[in-house]
Amino acid sequence: MTVSPMMDSPRTAAANPPVQPVQGNMGQAAVVRSSAGGPVAAEPTALTPVAKLIDVSKCIGCKACQSACVEWNDTHPEIGANVGVYENPLDLTPDMYTLMRFAEYDNPDSGDFEWLIRKDGCMHCAEPGCLTACPAPGAIVQYSNGIVDFIQENCIGCGYCVSGCPFDIPRLGRADHKAYKCTLCSDRVAVGQGPACAKACPTKAITFGTKDDMTALAAERVEDLKSRGYDNAGIYDPEGVGGTHVMYVLHHADKPGIYNDLPENPQIAGVVENWKGPTKTFGLAAMGLAAVGSLVMGLMTRSDVEAEDEQRAADMVDRAADPAAPPEEQV
Amino acid sequence: MARRVYSEPGDRIVSRDPVEVKRYGGLTRLNHWVTAITLILLALSGFAFFDPSLYWLSGLFGGGETTRWLHPFIGIVLFLSFMLLFLQLWRYNIMRREDLVWLSNFRDVVSGHEERLPELGKYNFGQKFVFWAMFWLILVLIISGVMIWYQFFPDLVSVETRRIALLTHSVSAVLIILTLILHIFAAFWTRGTLQAMVSGRVTGGWAWRHHRKWLRELARRQRADPAE
Amino acid sequence: MTNSWTDIKNTDLVIVMGGNAAEAHPCGFKWVTEAKHHRGAKLIVVDPRFTRTASVSDYYAPIRPGTDIVFLMALIRYMMENDKIQWDYVRNYTNASLIVKDEFGWKDGLFTGYDEEKRDYDKSSWDYVIGEDGYAEVDPTLENPRCVWQLLRAHVDAYTPEMVERVCGTPSDRFLKIAEMIGECSSPTKTMTSMYALGWTQHSKGAQNIRGMAMLQLILGNIGVRGGGMNALRGHSNIQGLTDIGLMSNLIPGYLNIPTEKEPSWESYMKSRAFKPLRPNQTSYWQNYPKFMVSFMKAMWGDAATKENDWAYNYLPKLDVPTYDVLRMFELMDQGRCNLYFCQGFNPLLAFPDRGKVTRSLSKLKLLVTMDPLETETARFWENHGEHNPVDSAAIQTEVIQLPSSCFAEDEGSLTNSGRWLQWHWPGAEPPGDAKLDTWIMAQIFLRVRDLYLKEGGVFPDPIVNLTWDYADPNDPTAEELAKEMNGRALEDVTDPADQAKVLAAKGKLVKNFTELRDDGSTSCGCWIYSGCWNEDGNNMARRDNSDPDETGAYANWSWSWPVNRRTLYNRASADLAGNPWDPERPLIWWTGEKWTGYDVPDIAPTAKPDEVGPFIMNQEGVSRLFTRGMMRDGPFPTHMEPFESPMANVFNAKMRGNPVARLFESDVAHLGDSTEFPFVATSYRLTEHFHYWTKHNVVNASLQPEFFVEISEELAAERGITRGGQVRVWSKRGEVWAKALVTKRIKPMICDGKTVHVVGIPLHWGFVGAARKGWGPNSLTPFVGDANIETPEYKAFLVNIEPAVGEAVS
Repeated sequence: MTVSPMMDSPRTAAANPPVQPVQGNMGQAAVVRSSAGGPVAAEPTALTPVAKLIDVSKCIGCKACQSACVEWNDTHPEIGANVGVYENPLDLTPDMYTLMRFAEYDNPDSGDFEWLIRKDGCMHCAEPGCLTACPAPGAIVQYSNGIVDFIQENCIGCGYCVSGCPFDIPRLGRADHKAYKCTLCSDRVAVGQGPACAKACPTKAITFGTKDDMTALAAERVEDLKSRGYDNAGIYDPEGVGGTHVMYVLHHADKPGIYNDLPENPQIAGVVENWKGPTKTFGLAAMGLAAVGSLVMGLMTRSDVEAEDEQRAADMVDRAADPAAPPEEQV
Repeated sequence: MARRVYSEPGDRIVSRDPVEVKRYGGLTRLNHWVTAITLILLALSGFAFFDPSLYWLSGLFGGGETTRWLHPFIGIVLFLSFMLLFLQLWRYNIMRREDLVWLSNFRDVVSGHEERLPELGKYNFGQKFVFWAMFWLILVLIISGVMIWYQFFPDLVSVETRRIALLTHSVSAVLIILTLILHIFAAFWTRGTLQAMVSGRVTGGWAWRHHRKWLRELARRQRADPAE
Repeated sequence: MTNSWTDIKNTDLVIVMGGNAAEAHPCGFKWVTEAKHHRGAKLIVVDPRFTRTASVSDYYAPIRPGTDIVFLMALIRYMMENDKIQWDYVRNYTNASLIVKDEFGWKDGLFTGYDEEKRDYDKSSWDYVIGEDGYAEVDPTLENPRCVWQLLRAHVDAYTPEMVERVCGTPSDRFLKIAEMIGECSSPTKTMTSMYALGWTQHSKGAQNIRGMAMLQLILGNIGVRGGGMNALRGHSNIQGLTDIGLMSNLIPGYLNIPTEKEPSWESYMKSRAFKPLRPNQTSYWQNYPKFMVSFMKAMWGDAATKENDWAYNYLPKLDVPTYDVLRMFELMDQGRCNLYFCQGFNPLLAFPDRGKVTRSLSKLKLLVTMDPLETETARFWENHGEHNPVDSAAIQTEVIQLPSSCFAEDEGSLTNSGRWLQWHWPGAEPPGDAKLDTWIMAQIFLRVRDLYLKEGGVFPDPIVNLTWDYADPNDPTAEELAKEMNGRALEDVTDPADQAKVLAAKGKLVKNFTELRDDGSTSCGCWIYSGCWNEDGNNMARRDNSDPDETGAYANWSWSWPVNRRTLYNRASADLAGNPWDPERPLIWWTGEKWTGYDVPDIAPTAKPDEVGPFIMNQEGVSRLFTRGMMRDGPFPTHMEPFESPMANVFNAKMRGNPVARLFESDVAHLGDSTEFPFVATSYRLTEHFHYWTKHNVVNASLQPEFFVEISEELAAERGITRGGQVRVWSKRGEVWAKALVTKRIKPMICDGKTVHVVGIPLHWGFVGAARKGWGPNSLTPFVGDANIETPEYKAFLVNIEPAVGEAVS
């Protein structure tokens, strides 16, 4: 038996997934935005917006999310080296879509030491910089539930998404030159399961559900943190990118930068906006006008060499060739 | 023998009736056309990434991925080719006083009153402008291009710098295409010019009309060398 | 664990000391985050390093490795000084009021009866005063200076906050803050749970560390209650099962004992196991010892074990030493007195201390058989791997046979978790290649050995040829058959003692649980505490009902927990003397006026009156023990003992090295270092990315933590000129390793006795086989010293030196 494809997506990562075969609900019919004018659904399936909530205050940095991500996505990370830190690998890679980042922080206010551990990965922005920057039609899509996904078969490997992303997330494969990042397990979510990382997280530091539910849960967690003396605890759901479908609960929401450079106020860089905006418009206009203008002018006018010019040239050459001739006068 | 000021080695009068002048050697022409073709290919492939409406152009190169892969290599060819051209021609493209006079009387250029303009060497201001614009833009394009050449230089510069490079690259690309349009237009508009790059020769009249100092220099050199 | 993992969600305060729950037990740690989230529980971490557990704690304090007893005794002193005692609990449920012999005392770090020659105590003075009625004398007022309470008060008097700062290096303000937080849990409605692991056991006085916390928990009234308890976090998925099933050389399944040479007869063996109650009306459940023992003998030898031949008591080996633990076995190998080693599911080359000695010992064997799903370093101990295993292969004559076995995911059976839950599992895959089930391999060996004995006889073939082997396929005993054998069955009809006509278990049927076992040979049972796991109701371990009425965290119908599906041990102590729960919000069991009932299986006879029968039914006293009589080799109270390798002398007795009765062989004394040559304190631990030496074979785990490193403070790095990510050489009196340096703020130098103490952290996951980069384990450095009571090696506190390494390749 197949469950209705209309089944809306949010299922918490904790809930057991349906056991019967399920037809995914996140196909083309749910695409609301597509890079470089790629195809979008005319009347997209209205899925409920989802979110992954990462509660940094519950995270123990065990990297279960990393290994679940590797397992589910069947990537093959290389066995690197230890360079004197807990991050392994040292950065996101095309084979590691998520990464625990560890920051050692001496809190100047409390005088206490804190070890801030943050799971880094795609934030699934409502206004995705990667999608804006991408030149390949349909290589990056956004679904009606908010998930931003890379469609590798349409990816041309230019790396523009890396530059477009305010969070420095996408990574290109060294062999296939395709861009990769967290998909929010769109393939799992499409059939009613939560992301692999949330499923694997032992402490519920990663939870998944509707964005509304996650926002409410986050608010509850913020209350708890405030009761423990974290006066600046808060939710990270930055406005600059229209909000995100991956949110953090931070003990120090006033200083996201201390969590390994989580951007204070992320937004699509002005340079990128200019590149994809005015440069394109004015550039196309200018080139078009120039081309058309020169064509018209070329048809209407010309500069011809006249017959006398040939004679004058012959004269000049002859005179020069004759040593007796007086030098040519300067005109 | 008269010192060359306006002409390249190889420039010479090849026939006297009618006067025909050798303007470009074979290698230079080849060089030019390689440059021209690569630039056009770069424009076409670049357009594919520039705007989604032009993405179909990538089909000319075998699809988006190939286009992405090819574009920078064509860029390298362009750069090297242009640099070779540059080494040959830069000397004759240095701006001179008469170029400014020419420019200030640009209206006469358009209206065909060249008699009101100063006599010129091998290049006029317009040509020199194109030359230098190409030079600087290619330089900017190659530098910014390497910065955004993700396949081989993913970690060359920071993301912030790469963003600026992307913007710079696309703005420069627009400018170089405008320059290219100008160049092509001028070459067609000024009849007799195109054959300089095709056969390598121009008519005496063309030379007399547009580059009299150059013609005169060649004429004098010919006198000084009876063996020719 | 006295409680279960799921019960931790009921707590108000978690103290993680002697462990690193988040990092080594991340899945169980979820119950801590649940308690924090839903109950507002607080988390305290006391550890030499600021661990991943500390990263989510509410309060952290550093401690010098190996000084936990000082900290714990100081906490008890604080509770006594500040009246943070759950008095009703202490008076009625502990032995605080019992009177101790006058001869007992403590001086200069030693208890009475120490014999320096024997390195042992004469424990005869460590006992109660027994009255004329045969019961221990008591003073319910707790005022008698010889009562346990007053002796304890005197004993902990030296452990002031200043002493903590001086010995542990813990700033006294941090200590006091923690003491204050813990003190709140003396309220009957607030509980603390203690989560510990090998951070406490791997010391020469490991058992006393745990005793210390257990005593504190008793004083606070936190044993037997929801959200309380002493919770040992077991380091393997089935290590609880290992101890339960008696894989220790001195144990028989179910914590029965292998006889010693001093017990040549059944009678002499049973004489010291009468377990007569020491207080009136008490249960003293070990009085049933003969039932469990006889049933075990019947399970082993069936008809060959008869009343007439003392249940084949002569088949049992008699220990000539207290135990043949791993340290002793390797000592024997080193002496050439053991020449065959059968190594099943173990990697001693990386797991036992003083790797040099381990290699030397293995090299003296005639035959080494390894039985493991993975390629182990032990199986390859003879193979030269450059600096990672610099042996001269040609000089080693040991024959090595590797028997590939299945891993846990490839076989059927049960795993016993820390919370004593026996959880049945089914194979998820076929064993690869030639790998076989452990049971199949063992059966093959047994059947061949038995054939040899049958054919050739021998000095004493009886225990082998008479061994019960009633399996459908003798070559392949199934998990079901083994489970039923452990559960036990009736060999004759078992009747109700109160009503002989009533048959509880008909002949041939499985017994319901150990209450149906008999000492007349009519029942057999392989492991009495597991009795009930697979009875006539079916396989209780396979139950998967996750309902939890009233969300108590008991999950009584999920799998099965020993004993008799009881989820919280000593749960009778969760109710007061009238049988009402101490905390009405968190009831566990209660007295209805006629019987005990509640969410858990009562840990007391169902009709035992609450004001008569004490809650600690396994103890002869009926109460818990703040004073352990002579049951531990190194003292009835925990007393501070320095590690064998320590940067400072024992403040009580400068001449005393380590634990005066710890396991230490003469030949190893010369291999102990001192702080002039080795100024830094090292400690070893696991990282969450790996499981022991297994996961280095897995590329995913290996990619998450690829390479051996050591952790040091920024201060030590600066002092020694070590850079982050640079290579260092770490060496002890016994060996050396090379590693990457992880320089961190999470380890800070401590001031102990006016001296700066630096800690070097050494994780343990690397070797020379597997997917991860080659490295070393801490056992290249650790001393060959074991705990006085259970011989666990002292891995958590030893001395090393460190320097930047130039030129040596790490990988």
